[in-house]
Amino acid sequence: MLLTLGLSVVLLGTAAGSQGWQAWWSVGADAVSHQIVWDIRLPRSLGAWLGGALLGLAGAVAQGLFRNPLADPYLLGSASGASLGVGVYLSLWGGSAWAMNAWLGLGLTGAAFVGAVLAVVLTLLLARGVQQTLRLLLAGVVVGVVLGAVTSLISLLQPKVLQAMQGFMLGSTAFVSWSACATMAAVLALCLALAWVFARVLDALSLGEATAQSLGVPLPQARMALVGVISLATGAAVAHIGLVAFVGLAAPHLVRSLVRCTHAWRLLLSALMGGALLVLADVVARVLLAPQELPVGVLTAVLGGGYLLWRVYRDADSGVRS
Amino acid sequence: MAEGLRAWAQYLALVGAVWVCSQSAQAVTVLDDRQQKVQIAQAPQRIVSLLPSLTETVCALNQCDKLVGLDRYSNWPESVKSVPRVGGGLDPNIESIVALKPDLVLAAGSTRGADRLQALGLNVLRLEPRNHADALRVWRTVAQALHVPTADSDRVWQGIQAGVQAAVQSLSPVARQQRVYFEVSPAPYGASESSFMGETLSRMGVGNILPASMGPFPQVNPEWVVQARPDVIMAGDSSRASMLQRPGWSRLPAMQGQRLCVFKQGDSDMLVRAGPRMAEGAQLMADCLNRAAAQTDIGEKR
Repeated sequence: MLLTLGLSVVLLGTAAGSQGWQAWWSVGADAVSHQIVWDIRLPRSLGAWLGGALLGLAGAVAQGLFRNPLADPYLLGSASGASLGVGVYLSLWGGSAWAMNAWLGLGLTGAAFVGAVLAVVLTLLLARGVQQTLRLLLAGVVVGVVLGAVTSLISLLQPKVLQAMQGFMLGSTAFVSWSACATMAAVLALCLALAWVFARVLDALSLGEATAQSLGVPLPQARMALVGVISLATGAAVAHIGLVAFVGLAAPHLVRSLVRCTHAWRLLLSALMGGALLVLADVVARVLLAPQELPVGVLTAVLGGGYLLWRVYRDADSGVRS
Repeated sequence: MAEGLRAWAQYLALVGAVWVCSQSAQAVTVLDDRQQKVQIAQAPQRIVSLLPSLTETVCALNQCDKLVGLDRYSNWPESVKSVPRVGGGLDPNIESIVALKPDLVLAAGSTRGADRLQALGLNVLRLEPRNHADALRVWRTVAQALHVPTADSDRVWQGIQAGVQAAVQSLSPVARQQRVYFEVSPAPYGASESSFMGETLSRMGVGNILPASMGPFPQVNPEWVVQARPDVIMAGDSSRASMLQRPGWSRLPAMQGQRLCVFKQGDSDMLVRAGPRMAEGAQLMADCLNRAAAQTDIGEKR
């Protein structure tokens, strides 16, 4: 059902934009309309879905792995790490002409991945493991702020990077191309496969670390692989659609409040939910101020932040833990 | 027979003229700021500009009527206000731009939007003037790209330079002795000797409390300014309120009377854009310096 929802929203995405519905009706007749629907709206809608799915998956894995309903690619600092990776990459190679081709996209993803891994490892080191929820979140916030400051420093020292970085900070699907979609789709497939394999570990972990160990789960290796999944998924999403907050947090939450199931299904559903959420947000961002556009990152921050606040408020009220 | 020869001669002259004309409509290749070659087959008729200084350059080259889409910050000359807007330089609306079917897009150096437009097959020329040397290079490149004859574009440029020179000449000898602090935004960021307006000030021979070694727009410590004791402060409208609240600033000589020049938004735009309005900008600064110097004179005579 989520898949159909996602597909239909992507289709809706091809119809929404500053040029309105007309482009859709004249797609066969007019070359420009064809280009608008086929080369601009379709890849960006698909890109929004893929990016949302990556973030939703990363969020679900993080929440399972750290047994913490508030874990999210942002709160763990991995998104800040990813954008730092992007900043370093751009400051080293961004200005040169040869970096303009498809390698730029792959290199960006790689740099964002490395940055995300470093940030998560740093957070885990600071928090001395995942046992203490509060410490983990604090460490994530600290790492996020520090790495964000380093990114700002880099972009201040190199005015050329500043512009490109600001584009990433906004979080927008406006510039997603078919090749970016291909990269994200490949990463999503890889991450989903890995997550599916290690989903049992997450099931075991939900019973507690000691129980998981007694069940014969290879914890250290599984942890490494799952941190890798989080970082890779976050890195790929940040490299192509920039900083889009709260999708990784809200998607698994919504899935959990709708269905109860094992982690394997929860991860898959979270990815589908994240994709549907982000495309929906993207379509709203496109039509809200039409013909102007709102960067989707701004919209998700407002909506997702509001959702989270409402959850926290409600939970505190009734004493129920999600 | 002679009649026939004359007809032939006329015909040949006509053919020659047509050939010469067609030469001027030949494809030109220009280098953009990334050292990429951009080929422009014929004089562009539908131009989208995503940077105010480039918009102003196009209009100063008398090609304003070719503009079909602009970024939201382009506001000069008056006639461009009716041109459709296609987002900002950082967040251009890709599909609006594609729908305008431009044959040339002028954009700043390194933005994702420009990358994407280029990938979609549009002819994108990336130029970003930051200083006087850039301004000349960008001027020539845009003129070439728009198929404006070099003689014409050089003549307009010489007019602009004559204007800058006139502004420099208009400074009194006393005004030339002053040292300036130019604030671009209330963070505060200042304009050093290596910035565009800093270079204009250097051409006038006045001092700048921020040396070129600090980079074009360094973030300055307000204390530094108090210690450097500039004779004149130039700032945008947005800075005035916060300046008075900075510790020690109210007693700075430059904060008294005419020695603080606050520029309105439109004037600030003109001062910071490295484009064809540099002569007007220079004159604005020269007037400010002359007023400040006159006041110092009065003060000393007392």
